[in-house]
Amino acid sequence: MAKSKKLKEYDPYSLGNAITKGDIWTKLSMVIMGAGLAAHKQVVKGIIVLAIEVAYIYFMVTAGVGAIGMLPSLGTMEQQKVWNEAKQIYEYTAGDNSLLILLYGIAAIFVTVAFIILWVLQMKQSYKCQVMLQNGHKVPGFGKDLKNLFDGNIHITLMSLPMLGILCFNILPLVFMISMAFTTYSKEGDHLVLFDWNGLENFGRVLNLNGNIGRQFWGVLAWTIIWAIFATALNYILGMVLGLIINRKDTKGKSFWRFCFVLSIAVPQFVSLLIMRTMLDRDGAVNAILMNLGWIHEPLPFLTNAMWARVTVIVINLWVGIPYTLLQVTGILQNIPADLYEAAKVDGANAWVIFWKITLPYMLFVTTPYLITSFTGNINNFNVIYLLTGGAPTYVGDTAGQTDILISWLYKLTIEQQYYNIGAVIGIFTFIILAIVALVTYRNTGSYKNEEAFM
Amino acid sequence: MEKANVNKKPFRKVFGNLLVHVLLAVLAFIWVLPIAWIFITSFRGEKGNYITSFFPKSYTLDNYVKLFTDRSILNFPQMFLNTLIIAIFTCLISTFFVLSVAYCLSRLRFRLRRAYMNMAMILGLFPGFMSMVAVYYILKSIGLSEGPMIRVALVLVYSACSGLGFQIAKGFFDTIPKSIDEAAKIDGATQWVTFTKIIMPLSKPIVVYTILTSFIGPWVDFIFAKVLCRTNAQYYTVAIGLWSMLQKEYIQQWYNCFAAGAVVVSVPIAIIFLFLQRYYVDGMGGAVKG
Repeated sequence: MAKSKKLKEYDPYSLGNAITKGDIWTKLSMVIMGAGLAAHKQVVKGIIVLAIEVAYIYFMVTAGVGAIGMLPSLGTMEQQKVWNEAKQIYEYTAGDNSLLILLYGIAAIFVTVAFIILWVLQMKQSYKCQVMLQNGHKVPGFGKDLKNLFDGNIHITLMSLPMLGILCFNILPLVFMISMAFTTYSKEGDHLVLFDWNGLENFGRVLNLNGNIGRQFWGVLAWTIIWAIFATALNYILGMVLGLIINRKDTKGKSFWRFCFVLSIAVPQFVSLLIMRTMLDRDGAVNAILMNLGWIHEPLPFLTNAMWARVTVIVINLWVGIPYTLLQVTGILQNIPADLYEAAKVDGANAWVIFWKITLPYMLFVTTPYLITSFTGNINNFNVIYLLTGGAPTYVGDTAGQTDILISWLYKLTIEQQYYNIGAVIGIFTFIILAIVALVTYRNTGSYKNEEAFM
Repeated sequence: MEKANVNKKPFRKVFGNLLVHVLLAVLAFIWVLPIAWIFITSFRGEKGNYITSFFPKSYTLDNYVKLFTDRSILNFPQMFLNTLIIAIFTCLISTFFVLSVAYCLSRLRFRLRRAYMNMAMILGLFPGFMSMVAVYYILKSIGLSEGPMIRVALVLVYSACSGLGFQIAKGFFDTIPKSIDEAAKIDGATQWVTFTKIIMPLSKPIVVYTILTSFIGPWVDFIFAKVLCRTNAQYYTVAIGLWSMLQKEYIQQWYNCFAAGAVVVSVPIAIIFLFLQRYYVDGMGGAVKG
């Protein structure tokens, strides 16, 4: 989580001041939380804070310390078969489950960090109340604090739950997943129950061009980048050309044409992609109809030959993507100053030159953020790849198919193949690539301030 | 010479116009074709996906009837109900989360505001389901991975992180003049009252937009549902159901039903989308113009 920038101005109620200048009650708060608050007329708050401290200590004693303590080893005990004399059967003793140890350990660390933040806050608050009392001010009561939650502090009320959701279902899992990249958690070598930390070994394996995983990684990475560039550029340019054609002065029925193209966005993507897949199948409708017409004698390998499949996914992605570009550019195209065009025409430029010298630069200038989002969106374009080809064709012995991009390979590695550690490394690399692309381009455009993340 | 030029111009223009319209017609045909195909297939009489002509030899409504009555193998009515329940709850939670967060980030200035927006941007760069395995184990460890609790788990997965998708709503709130808030404050309204009684009624379009988009989510998601439901067919959502109909073991019997199911799911979504298109363009456009 990003930390807020330290305020430059002097903060009279800092933690340092609270510890050095606080009275006995404030100092006591370092050990018994809430003592200072209770002593300085914020009794209810003090009791709540104290209750949280008790709960935290109880949690740490019963579970937390154990959970964090197990983190370095991630568990050592295997499940064992023990002969039970009395019942005359083998019984299984529960062994350590490294995954749960890791999860509980990380969760305990999260709880501890939250607790430390609370500790700092109550110290500051306690000192603040003390100073207010010393200066003869009135300390706001609990009722006032509650009221304030619906007024000045309404952002706390409104944002706590969403933040909690993000913390539990986004940040915690991400930290958990990132930490898997440094372990041996994988089907390989039977490390699905018990696994260990192994440092940067997985990163080495993924980057090593000579190894099996590394060879696949570089192949997939290259295809991912080619795919993203082609998919983005073609969608963008062709979508814009389509937009220009529809918006021409002499084109009749503008909204009808637009409707025809936009209709494809309205159909859920998984539906249209699954239809495409069955249509392009070896025995699918397209092949069957073409053969019936006598145009071809062998079924075309749309999704089974590596080269064909790659071209097919790019072409089908055009079908998916162009309407989005159309939707996006329609408004902007109408905003291009007309005098630019007239000046160009006077100078004798033809349509081709006008497009490359005026329309495209203008559009690039205005829609760079959209271009970036669609580039990152294409790198993460799981749906098109997975639903169309499933990464196929796949060579024997590989986990990645010829049309797999990083994200669909990641899905296969974790969900289907259970190479969790390698999957986590791939995820981190995907993030790094996206972060670099986003940072470089955001910094270079005027729209750095716009948080563009609609995908 | 001059005469020829005068005649040439309109001819070229007419010819070019014709060309453009023919081109548009061909392209529109390509774009509409798969959609028309699925629509026609849903009424197709002959079974299976091996088809030799574009138009069916016989038309029937049996595919729809079978879809909603044959509960033995793939229980589509149950899936439909599951998805509906999940979508309603997801919609309630997400709408509240998205609107709250967007309102705070747009109208209020508080510590950590900038930090929150940066965090959202960074988290947005991680592949969406990279953490899915981890989410699954978290849900498992709090006992939500078995039985009817799978529905709760799905609702949580769809709605918990919706606080990160505030951009379009925030863009909308940004356009409401700040003087309205100030006037309300002078009249003694608390922030809560300003939020619920003043800004919300002014923001009906974006409220509708948020409700509908979060309602659509569970209908079109396929990955999370597949991972969380695994083999528990009684908790499948329509997306997995439709996907299973195209698996090797079912495709011969279920291909036309898949088409019928796709139509049943797509038509409402398409209507909602066409209705929302205006807001979609506005939201994107506003942000791009900066």
